[in-house]
Amino acid sequence: MATSSIAFSEQYNYDVIRKFTIMAMVWAAVGMLVGVYIASELAFPILNFDIPYITFGRLRPVHTGAVIFGFGGSALFATSYYIVQRTCQARLFGGVKAANFTFWGWQSIIVLAALGDVLGYSQGWEYAEMEWPIDLLIAVVWVVYGVIFIGTIMKRKEPHIYVANWFYMAFILATALLHIFHNLVIPVSLTKSYPLFAGVQDAMMQWWYGHNAVGFFLTAAFLGMMYYFVPKQAGRPVYSYRLSVVHFWAISFLYMWAGTHHLHWTAIPDWTSTLAATFSIMLLLPSWGGMINGIMTLSGAWDKLRTDPIMRFLIVALSFYGMSTFEGPMMSLKDVNALSHYTDWTVGHVHSGALGWVAMISFGSLYHMIPRLWNTTVYNEKLINVHFWLATIGILLYIVSMWISGIMQGLMWRAFDDFGNLQYSFAESVAAMHPYYAMRALGGAFFLTGMLVMCYNMTKTIRKSTAVAIGSAAVPA
Amino acid sequence: MEHDKIERNIGLMLVLTMIAISVGGMVEVLPLFFLKDTVETVKTADGKDMVRPYSPLEQIGRDIYIREGCYLCHSQMIRPFRDEALRYGHYSLAAESKYDHPFQWGSKRTGPDLARVGGKYSNDWQVQHLTAPRSMVPESVMPNYPWLIRNKLDYSDIQDKMRALRTTGVPYSNSQGEYKRNVTQFGEDVAKTLHIPDAEKTLVAQAQLGNYDNNKDDITEMDALVAYLQVLGTMVDFSKFDDDYFAKFR
Repeated sequence: MATSSIAFSEQYNYDVIRKFTIMAMVWAAVGMLVGVYIASELAFPILNFDIPYITFGRLRPVHTGAVIFGFGGSALFATSYYIVQRTCQARLFGGVKAANFTFWGWQSIIVLAALGDVLGYSQGWEYAEMEWPIDLLIAVVWVVYGVIFIGTIMKRKEPHIYVANWFYMAFILATALLHIFHNLVIPVSLTKSYPLFAGVQDAMMQWWYGHNAVGFFLTAAFLGMMYYFVPKQAGRPVYSYRLSVVHFWAISFLYMWAGTHHLHWTAIPDWTSTLAATFSIMLLLPSWGGMINGIMTLSGAWDKLRTDPIMRFLIVALSFYGMSTFEGPMMSLKDVNALSHYTDWTVGHVHSGALGWVAMISFGSLYHMIPRLWNTTVYNEKLINVHFWLATIGILLYIVSMWISGIMQGLMWRAFDDFGNLQYSFAESVAAMHPYYAMRALGGAFFLTGMLVMCYNMTKTIRKSTAVAIGSAAVPA
Repeated sequence: MEHDKIERNIGLMLVLTMIAISVGGMVEVLPLFFLKDTVETVKTADGKDMVRPYSPLEQIGRDIYIREGCYLCHSQMIRPFRDEALRYGHYSLAAESKYDHPFQWGSKRTGPDLARVGGKYSNDWQVQHLTAPRSMVPESVMPNYPWLIRNKLDYSDIQDKMRALRTTGVPYSNSQGEYKRNVTQFGEDVAKTLHIPDAEKTLVAQAQLGNYDNNKDDITEMDALVAYLQVLGTMVDFSKFDDDYFAKFR
């Protein structure tokens, strides 16, 4: 039984959370560094150095893998274990060994995936390049994670399941479903396989997976984060209970229909992409429902935006979430997509979601969680503010340069001269991108620098705590 | 039903969430495996399939294309727009990627679309461009791939690869019966290239006859990749069809 005399770190399994938290920051720094490097390769191709292992084509999956599954994944493991224990008033189900298995399992997946990428072992799908042995390991770790999470909820001392846990649960279920059905392959050897499906059907499976990895891994799960850390940091209850119910079910239902908007105007039957566009537009409503519920939680405490840099991270994250979930449905309109598809606009859109929403909400949550995990105070509050501004400037440079280059590409490709011939060669459009590719790399460098500031500040914070005896005062969930 | 009930019962919540996330996929994904119109049939006047599986050399070339992550900067899907028709050619058909495991339609054009790059440039151009892109296209931001022409092609596992693809449904033949079926479906010349027991022989013959890398002594990774690039988009002869013939399959 948990009593006030037992330290939090004994009442709950904080050890595994601490490990995931540290690795979230490590993978963020590594993944963003690779991101800045490949962005620079596009601006200055000499940086490929004729070395197979560091060409753009092989490093790009290292970047996406390290930031999505390394940084995002570790942050989600950490926050979900933190939230589910505190809101259920129960220690993690399955004991220390099971929790540690998910930690070591997940970290080895990220390392193996990165090694496979640089060596050229690839299934040839975006965001699912890992070959089948790694996919099997992912499936095993994920099932154990699901059992720990659901098991902890079943042990809860509160009658109700807190809303943040609904979102984490949907994320765990959906990720399992997507991962298993998308990665059906016939192995040739340990490092080579062929997908079961081809052409149209394979394309459909890929974007059913790819889009919903965004929908559940990078959205629903981070909404779970939002539903715990925004009210906690603001010291106020969630704005609307009813809104959270409606937008949870709407997001869960609608997202799965929207993936085919990545395949507008392709050889996929028109009815699927029309259906996807329709559901993408509907998705605007629950997305903004979530954003409003998060931002309005601060109502009556708006002054915190001025005084609390962590709050600033959380609220700006929600603003970017609102912006990119408006931009997404707009880009899913077939006529807009005809211009935007295949261009840098898509890349900019992804990063306004990934940097603006996913990374910023994670930074806010980690800054909230780390002093509590190590029972200490932040080493330097001002550095959080420095990180905030470096990150914000970085994102703005990134998405503005991609808007310009993306729309310029789209317009140049479809421009005709007075005689009805194509006005520009493709190479001319590539040359026109150069200044924006350089500007994008600079934006990435700003964001990475902010991340390094965080790593420094949090290392100092954690170091400070080892000098302090572990406190014993219990705090409510 | 009161939502309160769901919030108190994790089993009920799991089941309802599973239903909510499954409907979209079932309605939108599953029909593509059953509806006959999804992939059109494209035949010659004498009833042979125009779209054929890749020859052993082309398939290994395709594996190299995937190994190097070409799909991250090049699409293989031409959309039905006037500018794309002028720049790249006829819009892509579903049938043209029916043997593509995995599909390589791509999502980004940092470089141009490659769906119909086959035959557009000479072998020599492709070799020089892959080795040092900026020597041919000064504006290019593509990496150099000098190792392609240095690396000898490893085709020791070509039969295993073809057998795996055969398991997924690609009509490579493993027996005389299957070979005869392929002769009916594709004609004798093509059927020979799809016969698994002859794979190495077929591969060497194509590499020497094609001489893609301008070096008759060695079979290199360059031979395979260029063989693949040169077949892209060339299988369907659009001059045999009316202009609007394919519109009904869209």
